[in-house]
Amino acid sequence: MTQPAISVRNVSKRFGDTLVLKDINLEVPRGQVSCLIGPSGSGKSTLLRCMAFLEEASAGMIEIEGEALGFSEKDGKRRRQTAAELRRTRSKIGMVFQQFNLWPHMTALGNVSMALRRVRGLGRKEAEARAMAQLVKVGLEARAGHYPSQLSGGQQQRVAIARALALEPTIMLFDEPTSALDPELTGEVLNVMRALADEGMTMVVVTHEIGFAASVGNNVCFLDHGQLLFHDTPETVFAAPRHPRLEQFLDTYLDRGAQMLR
Amino acid sequence: MTWQLFELLLQASLMTIFVSVTSILLGLAFAIGLSAMRMSGLGPLVWFARIFISFFRGVPLLVQLLLIFNLLPAIGISLSSLTTALIGLSLCTAAYQAENLRGGFEGVPRGLIESAEMAGLSPVQSFIWIRTPIALRLTFPALVNEAILILKSSSLVSVVGMIELTKMAQNLAASTYMPLPIFASAGLIYLAINWIVAIAGRRAEAALPGLPAK
Ligand SMILES: Nc1ncnc2c1ncn2[C@@H]1O[C@H](COP(=O)(O)OP(=O)(O)OP(=O)(O)O)[C@@H](O)[C@H]1O
Ligand SMILES: [Mg+2]
Repeated sequence: MTQPAISVRNVSKRFGDTLVLKDINLEVPRGQVSCLIGPSGSGKSTLLRCMAFLEEASAGMIEIEGEALGFSEKDGKRRRQTAAELRRTRSKIGMVFQQFNLWPHMTALGNVSMALRRVRGLGRKEAEARAMAQLVKVGLEARAGHYPSQLSGGQQQRVAIARALALEPTIMLFDEPTSALDPELTGEVLNVMRALADEGMTMVVVTHEIGFAASVGNNVCFLDHGQLLFHDTPETVFAAPRHPRLEQFLDTYLDRGAQMLR
Repeated sequence: MTWQLFELLLQASLMTIFVSVTSILLGLAFAIGLSAMRMSGLGPLVWFARIFISFFRGVPLLVQLLLIFNLLPAIGISLSSLTTALIGLSLCTAAYQAENLRGGFEGVPRGLIESAEMAGLSPVQSFIWIRTPIALRLTFPALVNEAILILKSSSLVSVVGMIELTKMAQNLAASTYMPLPIFASAGLIYLAINWIVAIAGRRAEAALPGLPAK
């Protein structure tokens, strides 16, 4: 068996007294789109953030392409990695946030070229040429000189995707990338993500877009109350939901959709 | 009140402007340094910044200037009036600006720092390229305000032998026996300078790229 892109082993996370993730085990296969679904507060964001070490798991290990992320394990004990070790493993991961998190004092081009210059040490010209290539890819070359405040939500999210891609990650993590968008703007972002999936990028997507999960996802993970209840292909999950909690979740989801139609 | 007298006041106001602008900029640089120390999480640096800030905010500028003016020569460091004035003013404004910046740094959304982290920026790089520019942007109106306060406080540097606008007005008033028109003119010059600073500040504020959302 080939090595998974991400492997999550016995990961638990507590915030104070509440156990938010309960002994999660998950292998994210390479080159596939894995969707994380579940009710609000079930721990989806927390799990995704653990995969980027933006959140430290309270117990358990996470490996990125076979390399420990954040903690190294030795004789059964976890040791916090140095900043340099963490940065090296993390450089394989690109992250896209619900709130875009573009830096407001830089143009779109500035946002995308920033790390190429300051982290990769490229000259301004080279960095901007590469950044521009990424903006072309998300269809925003004409907006390169715009500041985030001058861009629509959908455009900002596409810039955020370009910014992550510029660093050539092998894995992209998305936390509800379209939830902060007006409904008519979700399509442009989902299209960019679909294109990325077609290129074979390994993606983990927390989403409420069941349609996207069903059509683009290669596998779907269902989280509920911090437990990974279900992990299967979208066909199996959506066609014949067997677990009562999943059924209930999909029901409320469909109910919500139906209510919107009224 | 003659044109010659007014011209002398205008000339002296150049010194006021020079001392103030230099102190504001030096003070800003120090304030960023103090903020970095305070957020470094390193005990001695954090304490140094805290003590520095409470000292310079708690002791009157006049006393600070007199302290520097008398203390440094006593330990064998002799400084010109100008240097003493610049040190006094810039350290004092640094403390206030650091306090202003604190709010700015706290106002930088966590997500922006996380995206910097994910882009591979080190904490120092993130401080320089992300947090400081955004904090400055958020506190820009307070910076303009501080500039106006310093322009006015700069009249105190006459105690260390600087001849700036206020001191010149005093000298001229004493030698010409026309205090009223001379002090009125000095007041108008201060007013004009600060009016320009306020307008320029508002223009700059409008021209700066947007604030972080929320
Ligand atoms: N920093 C934190 N401190 C304390 N509790 C937290 C923190 N972050 C998340 N939680 C709690 O952990 C639980 C899981 O949160 P999480 O954000 O992972 O859920 P989610 O599945 O992403 O929900 P949503 O669909 O609303 O985004 C929630 O009960 C939340 O209140
Ligand atoms: Mg969430």
